[in-house]
Amino acid sequence: MPFDSRLRRGLSPITFAAGGTFLVPYRFRYLRRWEALTDMPQLRIVVLVKQVPDTANVTGDAMKEDGTVNRAALPAVFNPEDLNALEEALRLKDRHGARVTVVTMGPPAAVQVLRESLYRGADEVILLTDKAFAGADTLATSYALSLAVRKLGGCDLVLCGRQAIDGDTAQVGPQTAEKIGYPQITCVSRIDELVAPADGAHGAITATRSIEGGFETLTSSLPCLLTVTGEANDPRPASVKLVMTYKGIAAEAMPEYDDTYLDPESDDAEVCMLGRDGKPVCRAKVVQWDHLALEADREALGLRGSPTRVKDIESVVLAQSEARMVEPDEAGVAMLVHELIEEHILG
Amino acid sequence: MSNFYSDNPDLTATLRRLDLARIVRLREDDYRQAGDFAYAPKDFEDTLDSYERTLAIVGDIAGEFVEPRAEDVDRAGSELVDGEVEYAPGITESLERLKQADLMGITLPRKYGGLNFPISVSVMIVEMVSRADPALMNIFGLQDISETVNKFADEAMKAAYLPRFASGEVTGSMALTEPEAGSDLQNVQLKAIEQPDGTWRLSGVKRFITNGNGRISLVLARSEEGTTDARGLSMFLYERDEHMRIRRLEDKLGIHGSPTCELQFDDAPALLVGERRRGLTTYVMSLMNGARLAIAAQAQGIAEAAYRAAAKYAQERVQFGAPIGELTAVRAMLADMKVSLEAARALLYETALIVDMKDVLEHRIAQITTPGADAGGPSAAGPESGAGELKALRAELKQYTRLAALFTPLAKACCTEMANTVAYESLQIHGGSGYMRDFAVERHSRDARITNIYEGTTQLQVVAAIGGVLGGTLAARLDEYDAEDFGATPELLARVRDARTRLAAAIARVRELDDVRYRDFHSRRLVEMAIDVSCGYLLLRAAQDDARKLLAARYFVDAMAARVEGAASRVLTGEPAMLDALSALGRD
Repeated sequence: MPFDSRLRRGLSPITFAAGGTFLVPYRFRYLRRWEALTDMPQLRIVVLVKQVPDTANVTGDAMKEDGTVNRAALPAVFNPEDLNALEEALRLKDRHGARVTVVTMGPPAAVQVLRESLYRGADEVILLTDKAFAGADTLATSYALSLAVRKLGGCDLVLCGRQAIDGDTAQVGPQTAEKIGYPQITCVSRIDELVAPADGAHGAITATRSIEGGFETLTSSLPCLLTVTGEANDPRPASVKLVMTYKGIAAEAMPEYDDTYLDPESDDAEVCMLGRDGKPVCRAKVVQWDHLALEADREALGLRGSPTRVKDIESVVLAQSEARMVEPDEAGVAMLVHELIEEHILG
Repeated sequence: MSNFYSDNPDLTATLRRLDLARIVRLREDDYRQAGDFAYAPKDFEDTLDSYERTLAIVGDIAGEFVEPRAEDVDRAGSELVDGEVEYAPGITESLERLKQADLMGITLPRKYGGLNFPISVSVMIVEMVSRADPALMNIFGLQDISETVNKFADEAMKAAYLPRFASGEVTGSMALTEPEAGSDLQNVQLKAIEQPDGTWRLSGVKRFITNGNGRISLVLARSEEGTTDARGLSMFLYERDEHMRIRRLEDKLGIHGSPTCELQFDDAPALLVGERRRGLTTYVMSLMNGARLAIAAQAQGIAEAAYRAAAKYAQERVQFGAPIGELTAVRAMLADMKVSLEAARALLYETALIVDMKDVLEHRIAQITTPGADAGGPSAAGPESGAGELKALRAELKQYTRLAALFTPLAKACCTEMANTVAYESLQIHGGSGYMRDFAVERHSRDARITNIYEGTTQLQVVAAIGGVLGGTLAARLDEYDAEDFGATPELLARVRDARTRLAAAIARVRELDDVRYRDFHSRRLVEMAIDVSCGYLLLRAAQDDARKLLAARYFVDAMAARVEGAASRVLTGEPAMLDALSALGRD
């Protein structure tokens, strides 16, 4: 069965990992040496990422009539805290060995964040793309993402950014954890220790989260979901070798898509070859799953599955007026309270 | 967001302007490597796209990560703690970044984990890193020594060491200078004694060694006892162990983040690189030529930073009710800086292209003459195979070797002197504020100052270049430029030709007089004229389809014509007898 038809049917590469071994001397299409997938490291990490409009450059047409974000009007970027989550995954991979799978939901153009993930060292990328997913709020999004994690056969650790800069809800991580039934540690600013699963033991993770007025360190058994904040790390740059390897990968539009959904950078080259270490290095297409592949309840997806309705978005400019510093001691606070009472703000 | 590639239109245009097609095709073995390595390009367009992406990544790291740390690096410097060098924190962090981005083996072959990029692109990378922090560039740029290992070592040594460079596991140093052997390297005394097992032991002192703490050093040492000249010197690869002690770090005017070490070798085990007796005559000369180009790029980067600092300050600083940048005096300084910056850049990348051409011709000839020697590439049929190919390639190589030997010192002299002038003028535009440590320009001024000293002073570059200027090499290259299509700028071409005629007259006079002292006295002037005229043609070339470049070219030619006229007239009218006064004047 050709590779792409397997993809269309929504099979993950793992399901046909037992396939043959192909030594590919030069530029063959659709051949892979799946054997490499069978000696996978034990630790499996799934990172959930999102392509977001760059809210640093918001313009007047940032919102559509229906109250959803007008992605076409803004440059698309890798959601910053998702990049922090990916970095944590890659650091765990560096230390313990792991297979890092990055999942995103979005239009085919969102393949760009998957490319960016491969450029930094992700092992596998999956694009959830389907018109049925469009217009999803956090509930419908976490539903689709949880199905994807399940379809991957679960994992030891799910990592995602605390929140996305477009919606700032910080809900998708926690909701996904609930739906797959994993414990969660949110707002993680540091991963302290990971005990990898071994010999039947589940393993555990200890992480420190930022809470108001301090930090809290928690330990959870694996599997577990972590949402990561920008404090956690300074994400690594793209490796130029990986950029050159993966720059041509493309998401393939499904037949029912209109042209506007096509990735302008798409390139049908799919190349597989052996690296010097004998391992196959592929310039492959992105693994792509639609709602059928996820075996999802269509009513729970996209706009239909989203109870949230955005009424309006306003551009609010917060202008700082006069400010005064108050000494953080008893006298200072007493004076401030007194002043506030005098001005009838308190009391 | 600050990206030192995309914010620099002259640099991005440079990549597009460079005639890289043939160089890339030969370097990539007609794109056959794409069959062996996932990150190898499949055609020229793919290659250029990869270069652009890489340069944008470097530009981002330089602008967003390295530059913000440069001031702290300058303040912290390096320290010698318990005999080991501790870099400033910013240096360690930036090196880690560059390593993560896979930028530690830029020009090395892919089979050793390198990127197999041409020198031209590597020079662009060095320029951007230097604009951010020239001290970091020294350590980063010393990956160049791996290129020397690649060129001259045997396969076993290459396979053992090159992957460690490419992965960023090791940094290097070139240990050449000694207390009594600076510019005069043939006086090197450090002893190398051969052991029964074929390895060597090194004993002696090296001084002023940039990054001498690096894991691997290429050491120039006297392997032939009783000799006193260059032919008794060989090159050794030394990996750090307890037999080498870092005695001290120099306390320098600038590039504080780059540790300058004094090294004491005490019976330290080392391996011979290539053949005995060729250490200085062949290997160091090659190493130095690569390093000279890198220093030229370093100077170019510092100049870019200093110019931008001045332009920004001139726009922001209001005096007499307006930004000082609106005063003609300041405007003229900024224009001088900008135009000399672009002229130097044109010469820098022309030189890089010449060196690239020399490299790929050597690569191709080696492929043909030693079939099967390079397992990574095709052995028999190559991209330019055919009858008489070898002969033609050899003739071409001869020509490019001569050109590289001329243009490398020209570019080094031009860029490093330009950087000093630009940094000086930038500080001047800053006025009193520029003298304070609050502004980066004082750092740029200090950092620029070493560039026209190390890897051979400007005076030595003049010595290296003068033969090519007086002989036919320069003239032949200028003839080639002159034959290009300058249809869009006929009057400017006429002025460049006029300058060239004056230079030719000055050269003729020096040759006619055949007086070594007169030649030496005027050689700097002749070399400067050669630089000026070459830059004139190169800027004119770029101006053919670029309106902004035309402005720069016009401004440059105007200044250049006057400079060349003055310098040429001094060479033409000077009397050798006048030089009798030289020694008397220099005495008191």
